[in-house]
Amino acid sequence: MPEESGKITINCTVNGEAVTLKAFPLARLLDVLREELRLTGTKEGCGEGECGACSVIMDGELVNSCLVPFAQVEGATIKTIEGVADGEQLHAVQRTMIERGGAQCGICTPGMVLAAVSLLERTPRPTEAEIREALAGNLCRCTGYTKIFDAVVRACEK
Amino acid sequence: MRAYLPAYELIVPRTLADALALLRDEPGVWRPLAGGTDLMVLLEAGKLEHKRFFSVARLTELRGIEESVEHVTAGALTTYTDVRRSRLLSREFPMLAQAASETGGLAIQNRGTLGGNIANASPAADSPPAMLAYGAEVELVSAGGARWVEYADFHTGYKQMLMRADELISRIRLTRPRAGARHFYRKVGTRRAQAISKVCMAALAERDADGALAEVRIALGSVAPVVVRCRHAEDALRGRRADEQLTKRALEELANDIAPIDDIRSTARYRLRVAENLLKEFLSTLA
Repeated sequence: MPEESGKITINCTVNGEAVTLKAFPLARLLDVLREELRLTGTKEGCGEGECGACSVIMDGELVNSCLVPFAQVEGATIKTIEGVADGEQLHAVQRTMIERGGAQCGICTPGMVLAAVSLLERTPRPTEAEIREALAGNLCRCTGYTKIFDAVVRACEK
Repeated sequence: MRAYLPAYELIVPRTLADALALLRDEPGVWRPLAGGTDLMVLLEAGKLEHKRFFSVARLTELRGIEESVEHVTAGALTTYTDVRRSRLLSREFPMLAQAASETGGLAIQNRGTLGGNIANASPAADSPPAMLAYGAEVELVSAGGARWVEYADFHTGYKQMLMRADELISRIRLTRPRAGARHFYRKVGTRRAQAISKVCMAALAERDADGALAEVRIALGSVAPVVVRCRHAEDALRGRRADEQLTKRALEELANDIAPIDDIRSTARYRLRVAENLLKEFLSTLA
């Protein structure tokens, strides 16, 4: 097909697994994750890097996957929400998010969890101000945020 | 996602030399893409008119922070996170570190770059006022060589730059402030994160032993088609001691430095008033 001829092939690691992917060079990482790898936990909220629903961890840093072009993913290591739990063992943030009622519709939740996981990877015992700053790029329309921050605080106490 | 992806190209030259050769051989055809935090937004809105890009993101020659006696120089690929994590930049250029921390959110800071910020040339950008206040110079490289341009002269109009089609921004050089210098940075916007400024000020003052203003640089964002140095206000202040009379004069001169407009974020009247308030606040820290 003539359209396919513009696609490129790259290798990267997603949730610990080496994968080979084919897509257009300016395809969004968000769409490649969802449509090529069927990892639909990463959500599109705004498509312009303002809401954080599409957050993933790429090469150790939190990024908005809606703003990462596919051609720049060559050789990268990516963690999505599907890679946060260790098999059946939930991450502390996932556990406390459930316990504290930090999710209502759940659309912001994967991004919130990734932002919290990214924070805790660098700062195991953050202050509340640090938590709020770390999650400042993640918008929630349902919860009013307090239970989400609670959940992250509790996750650190565990 | 409104763009027709098959129409776009993004190639990845392996070295800076390869990238510059591309620009030399096909000037105007290829444009750089760094962190993507501006260009991908345009793409998704269906507004990215240019179609052929090359990634600079992995060009190590454009990374790194170096210091000399008079300057600190940051590679164009320095991200906002790199700025915040640099002890050198945070300690000596706190306004730049503050600007970086108020840009978007962490996910944007991890990807957005100083070079991309300059090349995107938004008059509302957060870091450029700080760069102006620190007397920034920009290095432009091409296959033919390199040159430095005063950043204050770099933007000649809205989204216009003194940069040729075969050039790339490679480094930003900042002048190390004197010990005891006062730094004042304030971004006024709707939220503390993920907000474009209504007004943004960065100001630096260095004083003589007798308290007179030896050097003062005042830069504002969101009040003109480009980020501006307030030359009239600065001239009124330089060499004098800060007091109420001087503040009054500086405020009068400020109106000659800026040209705020009404737009979706704010009004000309509000912007003028807030710019005046910020200048007043800055000068009150010097008294």
